[in-house]
Amino acid sequence: MTEFLQHIVNGVSVGTIYALIALGYTMVYGVLKLINFAHGDVYMVGAFCGFYLSNALGADKDPSLTKALVVFVLSMIICGVLGVVIERFAYRPLRQRQRLTALITAIGVSLLLEYGFQLPSIKALGFPFPPGPTPRFFPQPFTTIEFDLSGVHLSNYDVVSFLLAVGLMLMLQYIVYRTRFGTSMRAVSFDSQIAGLMGINVNRVISGTFFLGSSLAAAAAILYAGSRPKIDPLMGLMLGVKAFVAAVFGGIGNVPGAMVGGLALGLAEEFVSGYTVSSYRDGIAFALLIVVLLVRPAGLFGTFRPEKV
Amino acid sequence: MRFVRLVALAAVTVVAASCQSKQEAPPAPAAAPAAAAPAESPAPAAAPASDKILIGHVASMTGEQATFGSSTDNGIKLALDEANKAGGINGKQLEVKTLDDQGKPEEAATAATRLITQDHVAVLLGEVASSRSLAMAPIADSNQVPMISPTSTNPRVTKDGDKTRPYVFRVCFIDPFQGTVMAKFAFETKKIKNVAIFRDIGNDYSVGLANFFAAKFKELGGKIVTDESYKAGDQDFKSQLTSIKNKHPQAIYVPGYYTDVALIARQARELGIKVPLMGGDGWDSSKLYEIAQGALDGSYFSNHYTDEDPSPVIQGFVAKYKAAYGSVPDALAVLGYDAANVAIDAMKRAKDLTGPSIRDAIEQTKGFKGVSGEITLDADHNAVKSAVVLGIEKNAAHYATTINP
Repeated sequence: MTEFLQHIVNGVSVGTIYALIALGYTMVYGVLKLINFAHGDVYMVGAFCGFYLSNALGADKDPSLTKALVVFVLSMIICGVLGVVIERFAYRPLRQRQRLTALITAIGVSLLLEYGFQLPSIKALGFPFPPGPTPRFFPQPFTTIEFDLSGVHLSNYDVVSFLLAVGLMLMLQYIVYRTRFGTSMRAVSFDSQIAGLMGINVNRVISGTFFLGSSLAAAAAILYAGSRPKIDPLMGLMLGVKAFVAAVFGGIGNVPGAMVGGLALGLAEEFVSGYTVSSYRDGIAFALLIVVLLVRPAGLFGTFRPEKV
Repeated sequence: MRFVRLVALAAVTVVAASCQSKQEAPPAPAAAPAAAAPAESPAPAAAPASDKILIGHVASMTGEQATFGSSTDNGIKLALDEANKAGGINGKQLEVKTLDDQGKPEEAATAATRLITQDHVAVLLGEVASSRSLAMAPIADSNQVPMISPTSTNPRVTKDGDKTRPYVFRVCFIDPFQGTVMAKFAFETKKIKNVAIFRDIGNDYSVGLANFFAAKFKELGGKIVTDESYKAGDQDFKSQLTSIKNKHPQAIYVPGYYTDVALIARQARELGIKVPLMGGDGWDSSKLYEIAQGALDGSYFSNHYTDEDPSPVIQGFVAKYKAAYGSVPDALAVLGYDAANVAIDAMKRAKDLTGPSIRDAIEQTKGFKGVSGEITLDADHNAVKSAVVLGIEKNAAHYATTINP
């Protein structure tokens, strides 16, 4: 029984991270009908932003809650801006072209970020940027306290990251369903041309969506790096693909769907890896993708909207 | 506007394509002779200068196993420096050219090909990781350039099926022996009867070593309670560790590389797993302790040498290395030094400096007194040496015992 509960704890811990990243995918797909393959790498950039900021603030020698918060919020803002920049220079010029062109560009941006970060560091900068392929270790923002609840092991990191992730998702729900910006986001995702005719500044809404999605990815990165501290330029690859699968599973374009999809994928991975052959851990995500696309392509919460001409 | 964009794009492409120096390792410290890796020149000379002997080194200077490459490189440079001060080989000075493979087998193969075909190295040193050595071995064989691996322990590096590869050698022991070492230590010395194995499924070294350990452990009478796997680069091992914890092993055998092992140890302790971990020479790095932060206390690993050995040869080397690089050498540095010296010794005995002659001379290496022990290459081009078992206490390694073949 304790093994089962421990697997649930682990699965939820990883699942909330997938959920946060999947939200970025799903929101961008909703407004642009574009699968932003560079999102996993924005997550990676968020982790490195946190790393550089932590080192600049001296968080490893003198950890404190305020420093952790500053690093958290600043990384979210920096990644948000990165998302807006990527949209402005890589996707906006291609908005009138076919969807395939933008998809290929997304892959290009992804490769640019991954391999750009693997270049040897520029000495003149004073800090190691680009970080190069050697993995770095994220300094711990606060000391780990372990809880042992009748055999199930939890750390304060797990609790904090779960609460923060849920908080961020609730905040996103509020923004998307209760504010004017959220309403305009949903309008643009329904039909961007008509939304433009109704007086919504479509460009600004799309930039805002990218900002939101990318900042959530940065938040996910810092929460994940708190307890799994290894970061390297290729870390976004696998996580990005899995979060994409989670978004598709929940119904791409659907915000609550992404959250549920992320949690479901995290739990599925955990149970398959823990109870059956552990080398299938990564394979389960892709098997799930194939099954979802065969059985219910719209995902759990998505509705299949046939295009009316 | 469109035309301006096109011109800008063309300019950027040309500039990007002409940047050549991505793979060159950073310029050597003052120890190496003057004309080290030129970073900017696009086309190296067609044939090496006749008064220098060029040795090629493929190493993982960056990437997941960055300390392996840089330690080995330090050892090699120290050996070459000493040889040059003693007059070189027949008056010719030795030079090493190191290429970084970033820890990827494809890059190692490319680097080996480049060193052999473009730079015409006399001997190729590398790689320390078995997966990458396996990528390089066929290239050395087909180009008839002798290759000496300092620490690759998988038997397939020097043996292709049943045939010994003619041009590939190593100066360390092999995994059938290393797996036996840890199995014997666990069963006989530590009286451990149940072990879980946690191997890196994508890594030839890890898979091979785990298999040899399991075979010997079962032969001695122990039980392998479970066999889990991870992939190098994974960050979350908790599901496999939870499953291992539930099978109640008395130890966990993790024959991986130091970055992953340290993280596994940390997560294992977070899950409340208190049993010791055991491993192989892939653990040997100063970064292991930095990352593990005490999670590996009470664990053991097999290695090629220990800096606590009081023998004058080893202490002499430790002092020399400290003076040159400011840190205590790990097994990688020692074996890099030994590999370079075996190559130099062979080149002195060879009748000329062509590949086949150097190869014949290396094959006849017998009783060579290296820092890591006496090196005699057997019919399979492997060295038969003892292994030491090191225990980790207070986040540092200490000598536990020696196991002889």
